[in-house]
Amino acid sequence: MKELLKIAWRNLWRSKRRTILTMTSIILAACMAMFTRSMQKGSYGNMISNAVKLSTGYFQVQADGYWENKSVDKTFINTPTLLNQITKNKNVEVVVPRLESFALASSGKHTKGTLIIATDPEIENKLNKISDKLIDGDYLTKDDNQVLVAEKLAEYLQVNVGDTLVLLGQGYHGVTAAAKYRVKGIIKFPIPQLNNQLIYMPLKAGQEFYSAYERVTTYSVMISNPEELNETVAGIKSELSDEYIVMDWTELNKEMVQAIQSDDVGGQIMLGILYMVIGFGMFGTIMMMTMERRKEFAIMIAIGMQKSKLFLVVLYETIMIGIVALIISLIITYPVLLYYFYNPIPLEGEFAEAMEMFGAEPIMPFSLDADIFINQTLAVIVIAFIASLYPLTKILRFKVLQAMRS
Amino acid sequence: MSIISTVKLNKIYAEDTFPVHATNDISVNFEQGEFSAIVGPSGCGKTTLLNLLGGLETPTSGEVIIDSKIITNLKSNELTDFRLRNIGFVFQAYNLIPVLTARENVEFIMHLQNYNKDERNARVEELLTAVGLKDKFNKRPGELSGGEQQRVAVARALASKPKFILADEPTANLDSKSTYALLDIMETLNEKENMTFIFSTHDSRVMERARRLVSLDDGKIVNDETK
Repeated sequence: MKELLKIAWRNLWRSKRRTILTMTSIILAACMAMFTRSMQKGSYGNMISNAVKLSTGYFQVQADGYWENKSVDKTFINTPTLLNQITKNKNVEVVVPRLESFALASSGKHTKGTLIIATDPEIENKLNKISDKLIDGDYLTKDDNQVLVAEKLAEYLQVNVGDTLVLLGQGYHGVTAAAKYRVKGIIKFPIPQLNNQLIYMPLKAGQEFYSAYERVTTYSVMISNPEELNETVAGIKSELSDEYIVMDWTELNKEMVQAIQSDDVGGQIMLGILYMVIGFGMFGTIMMMTMERRKEFAIMIAIGMQKSKLFLVVLYETIMIGIVALIISLIITYPVLLYYFYNPIPLEGEFAEAMEMFGAEPIMPFSLDADIFINQTLAVIVIAFIASLYPLTKILRFKVLQAMRS
Repeated sequence: MSIISTVKLNKIYAEDTFPVHATNDISVNFEQGEFSAIVGPSGCGKTTLLNLLGGLETPTSGEVIIDSKIITNLKSNELTDFRLRNIGFVFQAYNLIPVLTARENVEFIMHLQNYNKDERNARVEELLTAVGLKDKFNKRPGELSGGEQQRVAVARALASKPKFILADEPTANLDSKSTYALLDIMETLNEKENMTFIFSTHDSRVMERARRLVSLDDGKIVNDETK
């Protein structure tokens, strides 16, 4: 095998210019493939991470029926027993009890529909680091009867820290929910959708506001190992009674998942085109290398080399072209991706709007997911194998004497 | 006992259109240790006969028997393996592997036979020294003269310790000096190691040295003379 590898490697450099040209085309295609894939995966990751951390959690426990009809009436009682049934799962990291609903917020002449999230400030902060998003004022404490207002909403309502705003909504079982709250802080969210309409308040204050004492709409659950999400969800489902439903983030963010899936298809088509470029480059080179060495191959068979070994030499040549090109691509691409991983590109215009539509920060983050590089490597090896099939069948079929005379 | 024999060996080209009898009912035997030449004018069937003896060509009818084994019945991959273990080839155009050095070209055939490293090293040294290329071990074919390349080809042919060597016009591309040097080497190997050499040639210098001349014309043996 070592000898065959040596022959294959030296054969590659018999026509240096041709090999370098072929490798260059593969390098360009592989760099593009890795770059676009990293960009796609990065933005998907960002969307998912935003959705999971700022909104749904990896999964939620809700009262049966809440998902179809998001009403304060479809809440459940937050008890230590219930919490314990969830937290005893080893993969569960944090459970955030939330009471989420809507209310009209009013200050002076300005009124706007808002999303109210009443939560345990301490736990929520562990999860979302909301205190880091404060641009003015202070973060909430458990017993506060104050609120945090999203930056753009505060601008619209023209309220600042220390001002008062009025909330008006519908509480538990039709009770009118109305109260005034002092603004304790202004928070800036990267996602415009949230930044335009969100109000945070402590869970206890929210329960009082909606007259939903001890009740919550959801437990948003964060887990330590997202790869074990399905097993964790299944475990929790088996623990809880039929009064509760457990939904993972893909069910909770169906639109986003579908958007990612359809965008991913586009990405796969693009990858397919790039792979075809790689494939044809390899095919052309290997075909030429095979055809111009027919006589040499015939001599090798004549002196006793089995066709299967010749087959291996050609296969090694193809794979070597691919692997060398791929290594160079990685050397070129990885530092660039690493830079953009830590310094995502800020988006503007239509791109930014599209991202915001799905609740994602308008930035283009890059992924360094090992899959991107592993998949490229596997793809190049598979392409090399496919590209060498036709030349290989030529080898298997050719007549030794005919080739020797050529 | 004959090391190679043929029984009514026929090779007909373009059988369906204009049949050409490249070999016509050839029955011939070659003994161990012979230094023989198949001779005759161009197109008389020398190379075809040599290719049939080496299992590179399939006869239309008849048999080639090497060391009591009928090789005409072997499958393609069995034939390749048989050639590897029993026959050494020397071609007119040297046909060395251009990306390998002289040493590696000779070693290559032993790799195919799974010789261990020590055996390979010893044999390569012995053979390249025997063909007078001790100082050219690490030269690639492109860095060697025609005569030197053909000597490497002879060393390669001998590397697998074959039962005999078939040499197709081995001196056709060589000048006189290289031709005589090559023939000296082959004669020495024939005498010292009792290696059988069968040439196809129309080179008078080879014919002079050969101890047996099998003359062909129109695919038939017209004369078989031992000196």
